[in-house]
Parts: sequence; C-alpha cells; structure tokens
Amino acid sequence: MFPANFEYRRAASLAEAISLLGSGAKALAGGHSLLPMMKLRLAQPAMLVDIGRLPELAGISRVGEGVRVGATTRHAEIAASGVLQDDCSLLSEAAAKIGDPQVRNRGTIGGNIAHADPASDLPAVLVALGAKVHLQGPAGPRTVAARDFFVDLMTTALGGNEIITAVEVPRLPFHTGCCYLKVEQPASGYALCGAAAWMRLDVSGQVAEAGLAWNGVAATPVNGESVVAALIGRVPDDAAIERAVAEHLSVAEPLSDIHASGEYRLELARVYGRRALARARDRARS
Amino acid sequence: MANVIGTSVLRREDSALITGKGKYTDDLQPARMTWAGIVRSPYAHARIRSIDTSKARAHPGVVAVFTGKDIVDSGVPGVIPTAWLLPDMKTPTHRVMAIDTVRYVGEAVAVVVAEDRYTARDAAELVEVDYQPLAVTVDPEKATEAGAPQLYEDVPNNVSFDWQWGDKSKTDEAFAGAAHKVAIRLRNNRLIPHAIEPRATLAEYDDAKGELTLTMTTQNPHVHRLLITLASLGIPEHKLRVKAPEVGGGFGSKIHHYADEAITGWCALQVKRPVKWTATRTEANLTDAHGRDHVTLAELALDAGGKVLGLRVHTWAAMGAYLCTFAPAVPTILYATLLSGQYDIPAIHARVLGVFTNTAPVDAYRGAGRPEATFVVERLMDRGALELGLDPAELRRRNFIAADRFPFQTAAGLLYDSGNYAPALEKALAMVGYDELRREQARRVPGARAGREKLLGVGLSSYIEACGLAPSQVAGALGAQAGLWESAKVRVHPTGVITVYTGSSGHGQGHETTFAQIVAGRLGVDMDKVEIVHGDTSQIQFGMGTYGSRSAAVGGSAIVATLDKIIAKGKKIAAHLLEAAEEDIDFADGAFKVKGVPGKERALGDVVLQSYLAHNLPADVEPGMEMTTFYNPSNFVFPFGTHVAVVEIDPETGEIELLRYVAVDDVGNVINPMIVDGQIHGGIAQGVGQALWEQAVYDEAGQLLTGEMLDYALPKAHNLVSYETARTVTPCPHNPLGVKGVGEAGAIASPAAVINAVVDALSPYGIQHIDMPATSEKIWRAIHSA
Repeated sequence: MFPANFEYRRAASLAEAISLLGSGAKALAGGHSLLPMMKLRLAQPAMLVDIGRLPELAGISRVGEGVRVGATTRHAEIAASGVLQDDCSLLSEAAAKIGDPQVRNRGTIGGNIAHADPASDLPAVLVALGAKVHLQGPAGPRTVAARDFFVDLMTTALGGNEIITAVEVPRLPFHTGCCYLKVEQPASGYALCGAAAWMRLDVSGQVAEAGLAWNGVAATPVNGESVVAALIGRVPDDAAIERAVAEHLSVAEPLSDIHASGEYRLELARVYGRRALARARDRARS
Repeated sequence: MANVIGTSVLRREDSALITGKGKYTDDLQPARMTWAGIVRSPYAHARIRSIDTSKARAHPGVVAVFTGKDIVDSGVPGVIPTAWLLPDMKTPTHRVMAIDTVRYVGEAVAVVVAEDRYTARDAAELVEVDYQPLAVTVDPEKATEAGAPQLYEDVPNNVSFDWQWGDKSKTDEAFAGAAHKVAIRLRNNRLIPHAIEPRATLAEYDDAKGELTLTMTTQNPHVHRLLITLASLGIPEHKLRVKAPEVGGGFGSKIHHYADEAITGWCALQVKRPVKWTATRTEANLTDAHGRDHVTLAELALDAGGKVLGLRVHTWAAMGAYLCTFAPAVPTILYATLLSGQYDIPAIHARVLGVFTNTAPVDAYRGAGRPEATFVVERLMDRGALELGLDPAELRRRNFIAADRFPFQTAAGLLYDSGNYAPALEKALAMVGYDELRREQARRVPGARAGREKLLGVGLSSYIEACGLAPSQVAGALGAQAGLWESAKVRVHPTGVITVYTGSSGHGQGHETTFAQIVAGRLGVDMDKVEIVHGDTSQIQFGMGTYGSRSAAVGGSAIVATLDKIIAKGKKIAAHLLEAAEEDIDFADGAFKVKGVPGKERALGDVVLQSYLAHNLPADVEPGMEMTTFYNPSNFVFPFGTHVAVVEIDPETGEIELLRYVAVDDVGNVINPMIVDGQIHGGIAQGVGQALWEQAVYDEAGQLLTGEMLDYALPKAHNLVSYETARTVTPCPHNPLGVKGVGEAGAIASPAAVINAVVDALSPYGIQHIDMPATSEKIWRAIHSA
C-alpha cells in the first residue's frame, strides 16, 4: 500500500510530457491501473508524468467518419456521452460496465488500453469496432489499428516515450445493433469473458457488416472476424449465429488462473459470443 | 416514559463514525511517533540461515532494526500462547518472531523502526534473509498422510490433536441397523476475515513509570493484556494498559493475540518512543487468523420412515502453522456439540484431527465452528431427503425436537434450554411461497434441459447455534484457560447521570446504543443520561470482551444484574426516607413508590443524591451509588431459525443468481430490532459470500494467491438481494433479559441455505453435492459431467 519513492511532474504541454517520458518515467492519467501496481510495488517508476490536465487529450468529438475520444476521457464521460450513444453505442455500453462508479469517474480510456490488462473491458470493444489508436512521440504522431495495438499480456505497441492522444471509433450507420456482455471475475469485477459485438443488417435482413471480439479469454483481445465473415450475406438467425461461433471461434492459448480454467473461458466465449451477436441483431432489427 | 427496550433507536455511534470524527488506532499521532515495518517470510516453510540487517540500518530515517534473536536476548518470554488446551494436544512453541524456521508466508522475521511508514517499508525490503526452502504442505487431509512434509519434528503426521466426541459404539450400532445411509464428503472453504479496518497497534512506553500502553484493534482488551503479560512481553499486568479506540469490525479476527502487537510493544520498550504498526491489506490477508478450512466426511443414518438414527463425522481441520489463541476450540467444542442441529438425533459421533499446515493460523471467524456444523447437518438433511424421496422441509419436520421436550439434552452434549423449531420453518416457507416455487421449479426443468430456461433451486437451512459464550465451569472442563463470564460496573453520579463500564468491547455492534437502552428501560431514565464506556483496561474492571454472540446475553445480563443492585440499594434508602418498610417499596417509572399509597414516592435522582449526601442514610447503608457484577451465565443461549435461499442457474454456463433470501430467526427478546436486523443482514452477506465466492487459495508452494481483494471475492451489494426477514420469539429462560444472540446467526445459517438451493436446482442432473464456493465453473463442470 506504500509505493516506492518516485518523482511527480505535471506536464504543461504534450511536448513537455513526451520529453519527460522514457527512462523509467510513466504517464499518469486517471491512476486506476498504474497506482494499484505501484502500491503493491509491482511497478516502481522513477517518475510520474501527469498528463491529466492537457486539453489536447480531452473530450469527445465527431471527426469525419468517426468519433474521436481523447485519451484522458473518463469512462463515466464515455458512458454518458450522447455522441457515442448515438454513433457508437458499443463503446458507451462497455464503458458503463467498467468497475464501479468511483473507477469510472477517474479511470481513462487511454490509461485503460495502455495498461492492456487482458481482462479489461475496452480492448475487445476497440478491436471489434476496428478502432484506431492515435499516438504521439518525439518523431510526431502515428496511428495504430486497435488490432495491432495489443501485442501481448500487458504489452502494447506504445513506445516508451509515446503517449496515446486519442482513440477513434467508427460512426456506425443506421440499422446497426451493438452489445457488450461480460461475466465478471467475482473479486475484481474484471471480465472472465467479455463479448463485444455489433451488426448492421441490410434491407433484406441479411448481415451487411459486423464485428466481434472477446476480452478475458486470451492474452490479447480475441478477434472474431472469421465468425462474422461466416455471417455476412446471411440472415443471422439463432442457428446461423450458433454455428458460426462454434465453427470459427478458436483461441490458441486461453488464459487460465484460479478464477477460471482456459476450457471454461472458451465455453463462456462461445456462449457469450453467441448471445452478444444475437442481441446486437435484435437491436439492429428494432 | 415508554420503555425503549424493544425499539429501533438510531445508533448513537453512527453520527461521529460516518462524519469521520471517530478515532481509530491509525488516526492517533503522538509526538515523536515512529513506524514499525515488519519483514515477513516469502516462503511457506524454510530454515533461516542468516539475517543481514546492515543495509536496512544504514538507510536514512531508520531508527532501529531488530530480529527474533534480539527479542529472545532481551529476556522477555517472547511466545504467542494458545489459550485453549485439549487432551493430548501438541502445542509447539510459537515465537513472537521466527528465529531458525518459518512455517507460513507472512511470518515475522525482523522489524524496522523508522521515522515514517514509507521509510519503514523501504528499509524492510533492505533486510536480507538467507532462507533454505523446505518442503511444504497446505491441505489438512494430505498433511496427515504418510510422506507428507512435517512442520515439527515432534508432531508426527502434523496432527496436533486427534479428538473424539459423542458415543462411537452407539453411533456405529445406529448405522449398522439403519434402512438408509447417506454420506457426503465436503470441504468447508478457508476464509479471510476482511474487517474494514486492518489490525493496528500504537505502543507508547512511559519510561518514568515503567508503563506500556498499547492502543490497538482488539475485541477483548483484558484478554490481550493477560496474554501479553503472561506469554509474550512479561510486563506486569498493572503496568500494561490495553485500549481499544474505535475498532472497525473484527468478525473474530481481533480476538486473538498476534505477533505484531507484541513486536510493536517490544520495539517501543527498546526505542523509548511511540511505535505504530498498521497492517496493509496484504499483511492482513497473510496474517489475520483465517476461518474454517475443513475437509469432512459426514454420514447420516435414517430409518425407513425418515427418522434420523445417527450422525457421524470425520473432520480434518487445518490449524495453520501454529495454534492461534482459541483455535483448538473452534473445530472441536464449538463444532461437534452442534451436530444435533434442531433435531432429535439419538446417536452422534465426531472425530476431529487438528492439523498443522504451512498456512496462516486458523481461528474463530464469525460463527466459529457452528457454521461448519450447520453446513454438515443441513447438507445431510437435504441429502437424506433426496435419498428417501421426501421434500427437504418434510424430513426436517419429522426430526425436529418437539416444542414440549425442552430443556432437551442432545447426544452432542448440549442442554438446549428452549426452542420451538416448527413455527420458524413454517413461517419461512409461507413467506417464500414454497409450494408455488416447487411448482415453478418443476415447470422449468424441460426448458432448462433444452437450454431455453434457467434452473430454479430452493434451499433450506434450519440452523441452531450455541452462543452467549459461556458458562465458565463448562468452558473450563472443555479446555478453556479462561472464564467466560462478563462484568459490568454502574456508576450513578450525584446528578443522576449514569456511566456503565462494561467488559464487553464493541467494535461495530452498537453496544453504546443497545446497552444504554437496557439501562434507560430498567431505570426509567432518558437514554441521553446514560454513557457506556468500554475497551480500556485502565478504566474498566476485568472483562472478557465481545465475540461468540455474547454481548447482550452475557454482557447485557451483567448490566441488568448490576442495575438490580442499584435498585435494591435505592429501595433501602427510599424506604428510610419515606418511613416505610423496604418490602413495601416498588421501583417503577424511575421512582421508588410506597405500595398502595399514591404520591408517596421519591425519584431515583433524589435517592441517588441522598446516597452521596449521606446525611440521612440507614445505618447499614454505605454512601454512594455504584455497583459491580461479574455475571457467569448458567448455560449457553440457543438462537435458531430457518433460512430459505432461492437461486437461478444458467444451465449453459453454470452462472448462479441469488433471487431471494428469506430469514426467520428466533433470537429471543429483541432490544433493538434495527440493530438485530443489521446483524442478520451482515451475517447473511458473509455466509452467501462463503457459499458462492470467497476462498483463500494457497498454491502447492504455500503462496497465498488471494492476498488482495482483486482475487479474494468478497460479496458485493450488486451480487446480493433485499433480504426478507422475520422473527419468532422464544425467550431465553435463564437470563434476565430473555435475549439470545444474533451476531453470528446469519453467517451460520446462510452457507447451507445457498448450497442446498444450488444442489436442489441441479437435482435434475442427479448432482448430489457442490463444494463451496459454488463457482459457475464448478457448476458447469458438474452439469457437463452429469
């Protein structure tokens, strides 16, 4: 409960923050992933660079085909955002299921994905949506697809002196339904399995576009693109969804710990993948 | 004035506590205070080859660093004692700080005293201990098997005690002739207490007077003082003061004498400055005495008509690495004596092995032995009902001890003073709508088997507990090294305000409210004129403290007996003043009245003032108005009731949802219904937690995998339901208030109710038992292997 010594600096600008990072310094936003690790002395950064008050990292806005969510946007803001509820409700629905009100009031989307906890709620949502992660480093900005951002357990494509500036999610068209379901690990409330799905139906009721991914099941989000590929151009009745998940869900190395075996996590992925797709379909129809 | 006893007076404690004004041990900051950082073993079993403290000593801000050898060299006794002795029990020495061997992760090996708590933690990491790891055993049954690693050379098979209870041959005979026999092998899961305030100690040494004051998280200051005096620090009892400021819950975990308070106190003697230690949550989880951890083979014999003929159990009970303060009593006296439940069972036998394992010590945790017994009995009743094809409620009805048979001597050794079990069961069934639930359950089965609907399960738990610990002679005969009476001193001041000094030591129960209600009700005075003082050895006569649902039944009775002495003395004075015979004086509505002569009376306050003035007292009456009682109960008290849990299970994933929870409890007369309901609610939450989520997990190397709340699943509000509670009232016949106890009832009843509901839901699959915690994966596996 008592972290090792560290220096604290509040960055006045993004450039200053980037210049301070690297060599043992970590960026501090909401503190809901990093500080617990520090209190357990599992993380002992020499310096914390507070980026929580940089205006260029804040806020939710429509940009072209997408919605830009600043890296320091709190989960509670995402959950309550009218823009996201209208344009990309999968993200706001999942954000509302993170932790508890205190966590949602402090935790940020950037901090969440930088931490890359495999049981966290947002990573699979971003993969299912085909979101982009905008980064800024000494050499300037770059953009990484969410599917490439999550590299391994607690490991991302973020460089040591880069900062996540924003996440960009697509604006989903009409006749799209979304659904995020999760089975909570009973102690932490993190996902033993979280299933994120969206689906757009064409006028004949066939699947025009869809996305699916799972949290909690493997070291990085499990991308269900082969599952949804099997549904494109078909009427997504329950049997079709069940068959697509059963035939195309595959996880090479499922996570296994005291809370659930890999075998059980896969079973949850199968059941909840199916249920999330079915509910997304029902919402697309309504 | 209306009698306040029996009314839901708001807790007078709460205003200060919820506005942050309450002072807990960690809030206290005396001048020149230092912090202790305790170095703990990362190994579950290891020899200590050497300890190098030089780097820690050299760290800026460090005041001193000590090892176990320093404590021994100082000449103090240095031992953590066991205060309950069973026949032929092996009690290895438990040192305040390990010297040559550590036996669980978290055992103290050194201590750093530093200027602040951060430095103390930093420097603790600089203490270098060279360990030689040894083989580890963590399972109480496996630890007794041939070839298991041994914790002590002189404790073969790690068995501290092999204890038997009841009549073995009679029980074996009952089984031999029985039409039906059922057996369950079950695990009562190891729990970590999680009081919201972790343990803490502030030690202040007055070098001039030679007095040590320990302000600490304790449920029993005098017991702590006695044990510290006798076994760990050797400071004369009158030179040691133990104070409990506000204490944020205990659930039993703050009864026991731990190494940490002895280490902190000893450090204060060395550095001659105040020293504070507050456990982090990780330290608390590693070192607080854990609860339960039984492996049990339980059997029930029944005749063809469903009458229970006999019950026997064989239990392996983990003691952890050392025998904690009252640990030997928990899986023996507090367990086997309850194996008759609410039933007339003619033959009962229990064999209990107390087993050392490389884990944190195990001791009393809310319910202490009685939840384990209730779980055995109530699981067996459901298993028996399944075997005979009877409804679980019906099998219980057929075996209840009839209301006209009290006092009832059970085959498990207790004399139940009173009880009336069937009405509580019937009330609970009516509240839950039992018959309708059974119809709905049957309706759902086909759909559930097809994966379209959820399974429904209904579980009963008709529990009994023996609390109000305890008649001292009985406790002594069973091994207690202490009496279990309680004390009270009542001081009525000259102005009529009243101070009660109670030996009970509340830590969240609402003693200051409940006890004030007793005084106000009995003396007919306003509650605001009554102050309750507890938790300080320098203010209070010896007291035994708060645990075992004893405070109202024993502590409250001590207060009543003392109030009766006050009234008796007042009558003498009043009779004298009123020129009447003492036997003609009644005390009612706060006044002493001459019988049959309206208006001829003296108010209590007037009589009290006269007692202090002493200008006109009877010749045989001393001045003043202060009385003391040491009340020794004549028996335990026996609360009972029936709880009903209703659960829904997703047959595809095994996920459980608690739908409803009905609790009908009989705790005798009720002093404050709101506080009683609060105790029931909290107890249910803890028991549901045990049934569905909580589990302390040690891996094969003895590492605690559930040391944080991230991994140890406490019940959360959104996992629970709004409880439906009601009461029946069967007053205790042997104490003046007719009260029983309520602190543990919920935690005793609820694990069995929930697991019975889960197994009931799974009955279409032929599943006969699910171990706690009933995780969704366990249920999924059971369904898919059925």
